[in-house]
Amino acid sequence: MSNIVTKQAEQKLQSGAVKVDGPFWGALKRDLLLSYRRKSDLVNPLIFFLMVATLFPLGVSPEPQFLADVAPGVVWVAALLATLLSMDSLFRSDFEDGTLEQLLLSPQPLFMVVLAKVLAHWMLTGLPLTLLAPLLGVMLFLPGEGMFGLVLSLLLGTPTLSLVGAIGAALTVGLRKGGVLISLLVLPLYIPVLIFGTASIQAAITGLPLGGYLALLGAMLALGLVMAPLAISAALRISVSG
Amino acid sequence: MADKKWMPRWFYQLASPRWCYDITGKLLPIFAVAAVLLLVTGTVWALMFAPADYQQGDSFRIIYIHVPSAILAQSCYMMMAVAGAIGLIWKMKVADMVAKSCAPIGATIAILALATGAIWGKPTWGSWWVWDARLTSMLILLFLYFGVMALNSAIESEQTAAQATAVLALVGLVNIPIIKYSVDWWNTLHQPATFTLTEKPAMPPEMWIPLLVMVIGFYCFFAVAMMLRLRNEIVRRERRSSWVRELISG
Amino acid sequence: MSFESFAEFIDMGGHGLYVWLSYAIALGVVVINIVNPLMQKRQIFTEQVRRLRREKQNP
Repeated sequence: MSNIVTKQAEQKLQSGAVKVDGPFWGALKRDLLLSYRRKSDLVNPLIFFLMVATLFPLGVSPEPQFLADVAPGVVWVAALLATLLSMDSLFRSDFEDGTLEQLLLSPQPLFMVVLAKVLAHWMLTGLPLTLLAPLLGVMLFLPGEGMFGLVLSLLLGTPTLSLVGAIGAALTVGLRKGGVLISLLVLPLYIPVLIFGTASIQAAITGLPLGGYLALLGAMLALGLVMAPLAISAALRISVSG
Repeated sequence: MADKKWMPRWFYQLASPRWCYDITGKLLPIFAVAAVLLLVTGTVWALMFAPADYQQGDSFRIIYIHVPSAILAQSCYMMMAVAGAIGLIWKMKVADMVAKSCAPIGATIAILALATGAIWGKPTWGSWWVWDARLTSMLILLFLYFGVMALNSAIESEQTAAQATAVLALVGLVNIPIIKYSVDWWNTLHQPATFTLTEKPAMPPEMWIPLLVMVIGFYCFFAVAMMLRLRNEIVRRERRSSWVRELISG
Repeated sequence: MSFESFAEFIDMGGHGLYVWLSYAIALGVVVINIVNPLMQKRQIFTEQVRRLRREKQNP
């Protein structure tokens, strides 16, 4: 009897009638569409990114040599802060209108849905940040050799930032004022990504091979892709039931 | 029909707050006496009988505080995370209470490790702070402690708070080796090879025996402090039960 | 004994301030972590005794 059941299930899978990754694409499309309707949310983190980078020449020194020295760190810290700022809204609107609860109750694998939401978030914050970063590099006199490292390190690092930040967002979604608390919870965890992100840019500037640093960033991303959705799902269940 | 129990009996007994209260009551005096003996012996030995360091002189005696507190700060975090995990998986209230009791103690010990590390830096390196790998890692550990404490106080429901902080503590636990590795690596990049604050080649017995005494003494102190907090937490949470009523009115 | 006189002991080879400051902070941390729960215990017990008394009066 069980043989017939599994055979039917297999046939269904192969014919495409049942999609295992359906919840993933569905959640992704939904989040992207919802954000498309509120374009201002897309732009705010980018403006913040630009403004934070502007603070350093204004607050410290506009000397080209100094700025060139600190450019890798400043751009990375600014990207980090901009990502943190945008994390609070990841689950909040879904929490407030009850969609989150429905998601938790549904039979769809939460891992996939969570992964899709974080990917949507990254596509709308981390990716634009990465694309805008060369402009900041120019403003901060980052040497041309560093640009490649800048974009690559951010490309590999910002998804990890979104993944880890989402853990903080999930833990605090039930609270009224989650904002600063998320930063407090998540910043220590961001430090390894920051260290190797800036290191890869420094290596690019001095002409040393980037491969090792990028590989480490990639490894952190891989670990995050596998483990963060688990933590996020657990945190969402706890927050919603509380 | 009893379920097949695959954990030892004392594990399930642990789930009873009352049993925990009783046994901590018995253990407290033992650990308290041990802590006092070990810490006093260790301190006297460290200050008066241990030799001064050839290079650093008498400021080296700070190691007898700095190293035990650093070790304890890390062990405490691990205990907090493990207790939180047990509370999360087996839904044991006592485990949650243990985790909650560990946090403030661990944070103060981490501050002690940082303060003594910084103070040690002044005669050794000439400045009150150095971005040395171990101190920086300890600072980040303190931030992790603060995060756990902040999350705990932000959530109103005790059960939800316990579960959320358990998840956070576990995420932090997984990250600690990654953070240590990154900071170590970052440190080698930015500070050319000189010996780090506490890395010494071989320590003669005149030095490592008092150090060991202090480490064990600190652990005993931690046990006392943790059990005191745990007992308060048990009484507070179980205040409506009959055994607590008897305890209070007795 | 590592020191010849008490004065030398306090001085700690010129590093007296640092060594004694460290040990003082350590003592402070130990004391706080013991005194704080003990004070809390007294507070909890007094609160609960009061509550029990109130409940006995208003059954």
